[in-house]
Amino acid sequence: MSTAHPILEAREIALGYGNAGPLITDFGLALNAGEIVTILGPSGIGKSSLIRVLAGLQQPNTGHVAVDGQVIRNVHPRVAIAFQNPGLLPWLNLERNVAFGLSFARQLRLSSAERRARTDAAIRKVGLDHARHRLPAELSGGMAQRAALARCLARQPKALLLDEPFGALDEITRADMQSLLLSVVREFRTATVLVTHDIDEALLLSDRIVLIGGAPARELAQWRIDHPQPRHDRLAELGRIRIEIVQALHAAIVRHH
Amino acid sequence: MSEVIDGIAAQNDVSQRQPAERKLRRRSGAPLRFVHGLAGLGLIVLAWWIATDLLAAPDSLEARFAPQATFSSLFQLLSSSDLALHVAVSLKRILVGLVLALAIGVPVGLVVGLNKTVEAATSPAFQLLRMISPLSWMPIAVMVLGVGDYPIYFLLTFAAVWPILLNTAAGVRHLDPAWLTLSRSLCATPWENLIHVVIPGVVGHVLTGVRLAIGILWIVLVPCEMLGVSAGLGYMILDTRDRLAYSELMAMVIVIGLLGFLLDAAARALHSRWLPASSE
Ligand SMILES: Nc1ncnc2c1ncn2[C@@H]1O[C@H](COP(=O)(O)OP(=O)(O)O)[C@@H](O)[C@H]1O
Ligand SMILES: [Mg+2]
Repeated sequence: MSTAHPILEAREIALGYGNAGPLITDFGLALNAGEIVTILGPSGIGKSSLIRVLAGLQQPNTGHVAVDGQVIRNVHPRVAIAFQNPGLLPWLNLERNVAFGLSFARQLRLSSAERRARTDAAIRKVGLDHARHRLPAELSGGMAQRAALARCLARQPKALLLDEPFGALDEITRADMQSLLLSVVREFRTATVLVTHDIDEALLLSDRIVLIGGAPARELAQWRIDHPQPRHDRLAELGRIRIEIVQALHAAIVRHH
Repeated sequence: MSEVIDGIAAQNDVSQRQPAERKLRRRSGAPLRFVHGLAGLGLIVLAWWIATDLLAAPDSLEARFAPQATFSSLFQLLSSSDLALHVAVSLKRILVGLVLALAIGVPVGLVVGLNKTVEAATSPAFQLLRMISPLSWMPIAVMVLGVGDYPIYFLLTFAAVWPILLNTAAGVRHLDPAWLTLSRSLCATPWENLIHVVIPGVVGHVLTGVRLAIGILWIVLVPCEMLGVSAGLGYMILDTRDRLAYSELMAMVIVIGLLGFLLDAAARALHSRWLPASSE
């Protein structure tokens, strides 16, 4: 529990597949507790690959990822990841899906009472108490994504990695999920990496926005956003940054082709 | 058979998209389907009656298989405790065959599905073995295992194991990659991955295999029971023939058909009970 290290740190990451040359080079990132960093970039640039590397699901070609100052070679029990596809197990009800994995051998040892308490708290946090006995097939897209978020929360992660988590949701559900995410991060001070291609989402949620692009992709620019939350009625103030991001994104796409 | 399988596919896909519409169509179509089904069965009895009563001479061998005599024998059979005994023996054999086929087919199917090398090594062998009629092993089974229940268990297991094994392996290959990523991201051990994701994830496919296996078991059972045993439905067929009790023989044929129909309906019900839960 030393505070000297960032919660999640990536250094000099390069990654690629096969002999096709690197997809991403020289990528670095350091996250502190309670910080939300958005990685923004055109699709196909390697954002999902990058977040898988941050999660330890995949090894980088060079460089390393560290959690709490410890270099990880594999997935870490205190790092949670969620995808656009909620990935609920269809044969388990919502409650069991949220509790899934808590009793695994490589997770933190918990008594069954602690597991139940964490599951209950996570379900309540995402507002699904009324649906806890439903099967995934009986949940709407937004509810399924909430359940996936609750499954991450039940593990009380130090770092939360989200790969376009709200991409498949309609505008209203999306806004709802965004404010839920903000309240979760504020309450648990989780270091959060959000991958998205939606500039407005990035502006609404992030403390920092990292734009990646080029071939091979690297960090092109970074913005720190100090506006207080909630920001949905301050979008006009964020207009200048928005224009900068759009211009940088276009420049990146032109360079890409 | 193909219609039944189409029905399952429809349950899988269409119901997810337009549940209300499908339910409506089902509900209004069900009584009509039932009437059509009854009419088809009636037609078969009619053809049977024409062949044995109208076309055959009154004292001929064929006339002894007539519906009236058959149905009166059937009622006698159904009210005797004898039939229940033979049915129980046959069902026990089916159950033993099915359990053994599951005990072999599911683990082997999991290994084949999980390991590409094993799959490549076993696939041609399994396809070849699968195409050998289990009945062709009959003489060998009797020579090795003697007469009695053991060769029957062997033949039934051999018949039932393929659909279960191959469906289990297919189930593993069709596991949602999102589930596997999930269990990896939760630091699952290989054993936890197997117990909590792979096995529950293939249950639907295993049940499809069980349904197909039950159909095959029932078809293979009767000839297997003609093999020096003294109880069971196949034995009854030979016994009634030897006693020249032709109407009883015909009644046994109908019993076999009815029981098979019920077994398949039960297997289908089991299958569709699982499907609504597992189709996301
Ligand atoms: N497992 C893989 N093997 C080979 N190539 C991959 C693999 N995963 C992704 N890629 C390739 O890497 C590139 C970036 O993919 P991805 O990381 O999904 O980008 P993004 O999330 O930004 O859209 C794509 O061209 C994709 O085809
Ligand atoms: Mg992606």
